[in-house]
Amino acid sequence: MAMHPKRKKRLIAVCLIVVTASAAIALILSALSSNINLFFSTTQIAQNEAPVEKRIRAGGMVLENSVKRDPNSLKIEFVLTDYANEVTVEYTGILPDLFREGQGIVVTGQLTPENVFVASEVLAKHDENYMPPEVADALEKSGHSDKIEQQ
Amino acid sequence: MSFKAKFKRWFHSWASPKWFFEKSERWLPWLGVPALSLLAIGLVWGLIFAPEDYQQGNSFRIIYLHVPAAILSQSIFMMMAVAGAINLIWRIKLADMAAKHCAPIGASFAFIALATGAIWGKPTWGTWWVWDARLTSMLILLFLYLGVIALYSAIDNRETAGRSTAILSLVGLVNIPIIKYSVELWNTLHQPATFKLTEKPSMPAEMWVPLLIMVIGFYLFFGWILFKRMRAEVIEREFKAKWLQKKLIEN
Repeated sequence: MAMHPKRKKRLIAVCLIVVTASAAIALILSALSSNINLFFSTTQIAQNEAPVEKRIRAGGMVLENSVKRDPNSLKIEFVLTDYANEVTVEYTGILPDLFREGQGIVVTGQLTPENVFVASEVLAKHDENYMPPEVADALEKSGHSDKIEQQ
Repeated sequence: MSFKAKFKRWFHSWASPKWFFEKSERWLPWLGVPALSLLAIGLVWGLIFAPEDYQQGNSFRIIYLHVPAAILSQSIFMMMAVAGAINLIWRIKLADMAAKHCAPIGASFAFIALATGAIWGKPTWGTWWVWDARLTSMLILLFLYLGVIALYSAIDNRETAGRSTAILSLVGLVNIPIIKYSVELWNTLHQPATFKLTEKPSMPAEMWVPLLIMVIGFYLFFGWILFKRMRAEVIEREFKAKWLQKKLIEN
């Protein structure tokens, strides 16, 4: 079916709007892409890509058996890892409910020159897996708990 | 008449506000009744009978509002842009009416998604808000909706208003894939999607069935509200037409 030439012209104009807008936004996003990331990974910190003594965010998993709590205060120390590189984090304050070992978290704070991350805020990252507690217990018992802890 | 010819005729009738006004009267109960029933079933099932989550406990139940609202706000934006394009190219009045009334409904869903997300984020993440790519692109979606509403009401001439907002929504369409892929392209606090078309959901059936019911209920509810608003718009625009006056007197 032949299209009316006027409509065809308008159809092309509509397509052009979408294509040029997409191209412009894609260019902006690729230029800004490192700034859009919410946090630095521990590997980026290990490779000195993160600025020192500036307010930044770091993200990763809380390493198993690395959480040390001070019995007399709210001070806590743990190791943040992406299972390639590690960063020690110090934090004083109340932790979110989902904070636990093997859990993904995002911390806000400053990196000291000794590569210790002094956090002022700890946020828990939730993964996309949902399940009833009984299922989680069953997975735990059968030794498949890695299935629920992977990000 | 062949099926193809019938379909073509049905397809072309969508250009006529009169056809829409007469037909939609019969469609409304078929949208409204299942919409409200599914929403009632889904809410009771999701909020009371679905099992709690092993980590989040009961606070995960907000998913039954958050996810459908987020899905709808994006679907409606796409529909608004497509309707706007149809209006731009073929100058079909009904498409302009649909686009115009998509905006306030979509904006409400975007607001619900952001508000429920913030309420969920406080106990789960430890913060109401964080400027990560998913949350920010979703906030931009709400602003785009508000921009469309503002632009439409700022221009007195109805045709110019319709075409200008159509262009704005076509440009804003770029934001939809950004929202969708934000959690994969960049590292964000927001988790990746639980539901993917190609994979099994990362959630057992007793949790996702009520969610699916809610999503379908939300879609039907949107269709119902949209048609109601479009019918009101037809009355407003065509109040001088004889067929409409006759119809209104009949009722």
